[in-house]
Amino acid sequence: MRAFADLLDRLSLTSSRNTKLVLVRDYLAATPDPDRGWALAALTGDLSFDAAKPAFIRKAVEERMDPILFRWSYDYVGDLAEAVALVWPARPGANREPELSEVVDALRGATRAEVQRLIEGWLDALEPTGRWALLKLMTGGLRIGVSARMAKQALADMGKVEVAEIEEVWHALHPPYEDLFAWLEGRSDRPSAVAPGRFRPVMLAQAIDEEVDFGKLDPADYAAEWKWDGIRVQAVCEGGVRRLYTRTGDDISQSFPDVVERLDFDGALDGELVVLRDGRIGAFSELQQRLNRKTADAKLIAAYPAGIRAYDLLSDRGEDTRTLPFNLRRKRLEAFVTPLIAYNIDLSPLAEFATWEELAALRATPPDGDAQVAEGVMLKRWDSIYEAGRPKGPWFKWKRDPFLIDAVLMYAQRGHGKRSSFYSDYTFGVWTQDELGARVLTPVGKAYFGFTDEELKGIDKYVRDNTIERFGPVRSVRAEPHHGLVFEVAFEGLQKSTRHKSGVAMRFPRISRIRWDKPPGEADELPTLQRMLD
Amino acid sequence: MIKPESLLCPRPAGLYCPPGDFYIDPTRPVDRAVITHGHSDHARAGHGAVLATPQTLAIMAERYGAEFAGATEAGPYGQTAERNGVEVTLVPAGHVLGSAQAVVRWKGLTIVASGDYKRRRDPTCAAFEPVPCDVFITEATFGLPVFRHPPDHEEIARLLKSVAQFPERSHLIGAYALGKAQRVIKLLREAGWERAIYVHGALERLNRLYQDHGVDLGPLAPATSNTKADFAGEIIIAPPSALQDRWSRRFPDPIGAFASGWMRVRARARQRGVELPLVISDHADWDELTSTIDELRPGELWITHGREEALARWSELHGVKARALALVGYEDEDDD
Ligand SMILES: [Zn+2]
Repeated sequence: MRAFADLLDRLSLTSSRNTKLVLVRDYLAATPDPDRGWALAALTGDLSFDAAKPAFIRKAVEERMDPILFRWSYDYVGDLAEAVALVWPARPGANREPELSEVVDALRGATRAEVQRLIEGWLDALEPTGRWALLKLMTGGLRIGVSARMAKQALADMGKVEVAEIEEVWHALHPPYEDLFAWLEGRSDRPSAVAPGRFRPVMLAQAIDEEVDFGKLDPADYAAEWKWDGIRVQAVCEGGVRRLYTRTGDDISQSFPDVVERLDFDGALDGELVVLRDGRIGAFSELQQRLNRKTADAKLIAAYPAGIRAYDLLSDRGEDTRTLPFNLRRKRLEAFVTPLIAYNIDLSPLAEFATWEELAALRATPPDGDAQVAEGVMLKRWDSIYEAGRPKGPWFKWKRDPFLIDAVLMYAQRGHGKRSSFYSDYTFGVWTQDELGARVLTPVGKAYFGFTDEELKGIDKYVRDNTIERFGPVRSVRAEPHHGLVFEVAFEGLQKSTRHKSGVAMRFPRISRIRWDKPPGEADELPTLQRMLD
Repeated sequence: MIKPESLLCPRPAGLYCPPGDFYIDPTRPVDRAVITHGHSDHARAGHGAVLATPQTLAIMAERYGAEFAGATEAGPYGQTAERNGVEVTLVPAGHVLGSAQAVVRWKGLTIVASGDYKRRRDPTCAAFEPVPCDVFITEATFGLPVFRHPPDHEEIARLLKSVAQFPERSHLIGAYALGKAQRVIKLLREAGWERAIYVHGALERLNRLYQDHGVDLGPLAPATSNTKADFAGEIIIAPPSALQDRWSRRFPDPIGAFASGWMRVRARARQRGVELPLVISDHADWDELTSTIDELRPGELWITHGREEALARWSELHGVKARALALVGYEDEDDD
């Protein structure tokens, strides 16, 4: 339990992905079975208990200490599990610290009343960090910023295998994953991946390099599809098990019952999850209304009906089709999707082209209909098998050029982690008129990447030398027509927003150039942005 | 018996002794002062005469220059000085090098002004000595039951584990310049860390002073002496304020650690962007505060600074009369 608690403790205080990977990898390598397997399940969300309600924990602590001193402590700490972990007045003569697996075993077999007695004994035996981890586990409140994908990457790092290999078998495994660790440590073969409804690791595209790649590629070798502005999903129905997964294998079936109920087939589809009305795709912002929720009620579903635009077939009635070339998979897909007649599962059409020039023209001016909202085009080699990961060559994405505007730096905020000594998060604005008709800046977005470390130093110095006011970690920066810093900001799209004073919100903004040369007075105006609205 | 308030009472400048005509740790210049230890909020420059341990006098001279007071009197531990018939004895407080409790006796009444103190072992200073008394004056910096400092060696072990885990990064530890920095260095030595420890310029003079007083800190090097890559895998110690400063950019992707009792509370660590909190404090934690009161069972407990109300409540619940003195002007160096 101690090692697990220390791991959670460190994970909870770092925002760096690489640091988290090292922490999890080292923990998994150093901890014996079955503890590490249970820890892994806890990290990936496959193990949680609601064995103890906050009210019980509070009552238990108040039986042992003055309730007023406890209340002051709780007020100070602000988190019940942490407050109890710190103040817990242990009875002397406590037992040895429980191992994580002992806790799990006991909780799985115990009645509620027994659980409460067990918890008190464990709290007596553990030190504060261990108590905190136990209480977080117990109350289902492990929020430490480790995704299932990250935990699998750490496993891959530990076993020196590709993460796709882990994903391939993941859904056939169960905690505490002793067979998985035996394989990763070279003590046995890879566990079997056969499990109905399992996730298959996805194939990803590389961004095309227009200068280099087109010269080397033959257009006859490639199919082109529109790149839809939704999220990549995998829809599986096998042996009556229906699942909807994100591209990293997170199960989102709960959030999309309207899609899951329509998976009336035997196979696995790869496609784009979108809001779909009468065969037309809605804006990404509509899909977001669904993505933000864990569940969906009838009202939400009616307002934002979800669907799948399918573009690949990974399994067809028990046959693994991933080893077929794309042209055959495509034929199978067409035969698979067309008869479904599900109003919310349709086929992603191919874009016909003969030369790269023709494709460039299509991408720049898509035909009427859904293609207008596509983010660009995808290129898939006709002869490519479905290969997990991001292999170089078979698939390319060629996104529409981003929108660009010139905006003025208004506020800068300290970064996190290794950027904590830099002002690295920037809020920028464009010109508009206030109620009195004066020309003023209004914030339109925020970006914290797109620049090199060298450029960051330059901006940081600029911020420090031109600070007008400071509020905590934020500085407001001089931004006047003849004095200020202009950024060329690239973004993928623009949506109406009531949350932002300017009335617009950017998708995926980043700094594309720093315009040290440009006077802020010449930056863009709000109406220019309003014309770009999706 | 005489009332304790006639021997020591709070005044705007600090705790005052009318019959002896001196202040203890006054926060503004006075004619005669008894100084418990060298932290700047307790030991200020500009008093007429100062009584303190020889180590505390040396620290004050190092910080403020030799002319920091009109006159000084060294009071070694255990030796009694007299002021108008009031006896003052300095007894180890276990807080930092030279730190002392001021034991004040007059007409059969004993008051112990303990200054800042802790009860656990500290290899850089003499251990706290309990003195039976009528009134015990205590700090309450960590006077809430949430503050329970773990054993130091566990915190150091976590640090060394992290150093081994991230060999390409450096570990940058924020530690207060007087006491904490030297204690962390010494604890690292005890844990077997033999490499040079890199220190910020602001720590150098006090490190030297500790070493002159027989605290062996091992090889130290200025944190300016390496190129960036050379700091990979190294430990650097700096005042807490330098952690988020531009100064820290010279190190490769540093992991920010902070040695302080406040690090016990996660939100405090998060607020400061500390990735590796080290709960190491020179102040008594809740258990040390309450066990000291229990051990001494003074007639009265006076509480100077910190979280007075919780400690006062605990004392009352345990049958020790307590009052908060509401002295102002003492910061908490841990919080820096
Ligand atoms: Zn102090």
